[in-house]
Amino acid sequence: MALTREQIAMRVAQELEDGFYVNLGIGIPTLVANYIPEGVKVMLQSENGLLGMGQFPTEETIDPDLINAGKQTVTAVTGAAFFSSAESFAMIRGGHVDLTVLGAFEVDQEGNIASWMIPGKLVKGMGGAMDLVAGAENIIVTMTHANKHGVSKILKKCTLPLTGAQCIKRVITELALMEIKDGAFHLIERAPGVSVEEIQEKTEADLVVPDDVPEMKF
Amino acid sequence: MSGFDKVVHSYEEALEGFTDNMTVMVGGFGLCGIPEGLIEQVYKMGCSGLTAISNNAGVDGFGLGKWLEKRQISTMIGSYVGENELFEKLLLSGEMEVILTPQGTLAEKIRAGGAGIPAFFTATGFGTQVAEGKETRNIDGRDYVLEPSLTADFALIKAWKADTMGNLIFNKTAMNFNPMMATAGKITVAEVEEIVEAGELDPNYIHTPGIYVQRVIKGNSFEKRIEQRTVRA
Repeated sequence: MALTREQIAMRVAQELEDGFYVNLGIGIPTLVANYIPEGVKVMLQSENGLLGMGQFPTEETIDPDLINAGKQTVTAVTGAAFFSSAESFAMIRGGHVDLTVLGAFEVDQEGNIASWMIPGKLVKGMGGAMDLVAGAENIIVTMTHANKHGVSKILKKCTLPLTGAQCIKRVITELALMEIKDGAFHLIERAPGVSVEEIQEKTEADLVVPDDVPEMKF
Repeated sequence: MSGFDKVVHSYEEALEGFTDNMTVMVGGFGLCGIPEGLIEQVYKMGCSGLTAISNNAGVDGFGLGKWLEKRQISTMIGSYVGENELFEKLLLSGEMEVILTPQGTLAEKIRAGGAGIPAFFTATGFGTQVAEGKETRNIDGRDYVLEPSLTADFALIKAWKADTMGNLIFNKTAMNFNPMMATAGKITVAEVEEIVEAGELDPNYIHTPGIYVQRVIKGNSFEKRIEQRTVRA
């Protein structure tokens, strides 16, 4: 069975380590915060100027001056800090954030990522995504493997304008966990019950498949 | 207003000298930490041909969205269009020039502008549209893009507290782009929630020193509209 959005987030959460500073993008990455493993403490960085993002506020504690990068009202945890956008991106660009999780429209086997515009159709702007992919060593991309017409988004070469060049090394989709190295995707794990054949069928890129591809464990 | 007394008492006074075709920075992230009254005043004045530098352009009908309504902006420099339909329409139709800039690069361009640094190299955007036409350089094996810095005729910012000398303190994530913009405006106007006498703010906790601020106005009221109201059960 293909993973749900929540299960993709759960699998990403397994990569969290105690003491990590983590930046979570909008969408599935945001859900990762719900599945932080027991005994692991992380500080969430929100690029609008908050280190130590907490859960959503109650009606009583809602504060329009306290939002996350998705412009949602949030809270700050014990030990949190506020700072300017310049300071925030110094943390990101300077490689001080331990793990970045973000979404994408397309990823290719050279490690290129496209996530910020579809020419003529959709212009959201890149926000902080270009800085995040350029600044982080440790990035996980969460995305769907193919679009709703079955067209692969795991490509030999991205077709949309890039967010970053040669910067992505790990991708988790509803079907698989893959690593990018030496100009190809490498199949590391598959979603429980999903066959290697199905993953191959939905992957346009070169895919290296080892003899044994374990199922993800939850 | 004289000497080190930066306080002005009307929005007209706060924006004296603001004219058509100026470059203006406007603080805020989304609708958080925007100088609501100053934005409204520019809207009333109807100045046009503006180059606006702001992370976002408000929402339809609020914040910089109002300037868009009146077509006051000819060039917009920002990082995120988001859910602003009019902005997206003006961009796609080419009616307004939009220079989309990565958020961290935008912040650093403003910081550098205020700090007297004319340009800097960053890895952000290398190999993308953002780098097209720009000088690049390989430094120690990594590729970087040369990004020129930004300054403005006016910087319109929002702070939480000010003293009469223009020292500023921001509140939580309403800080965002405001401190850098304060440094990069030839005339920086801070709209604040509270003005206290000089000496009442602890010098240890000043975010923006008064040297960067030319005018301070206490805002009439702040709506502080929330874009994504999210609460837990």
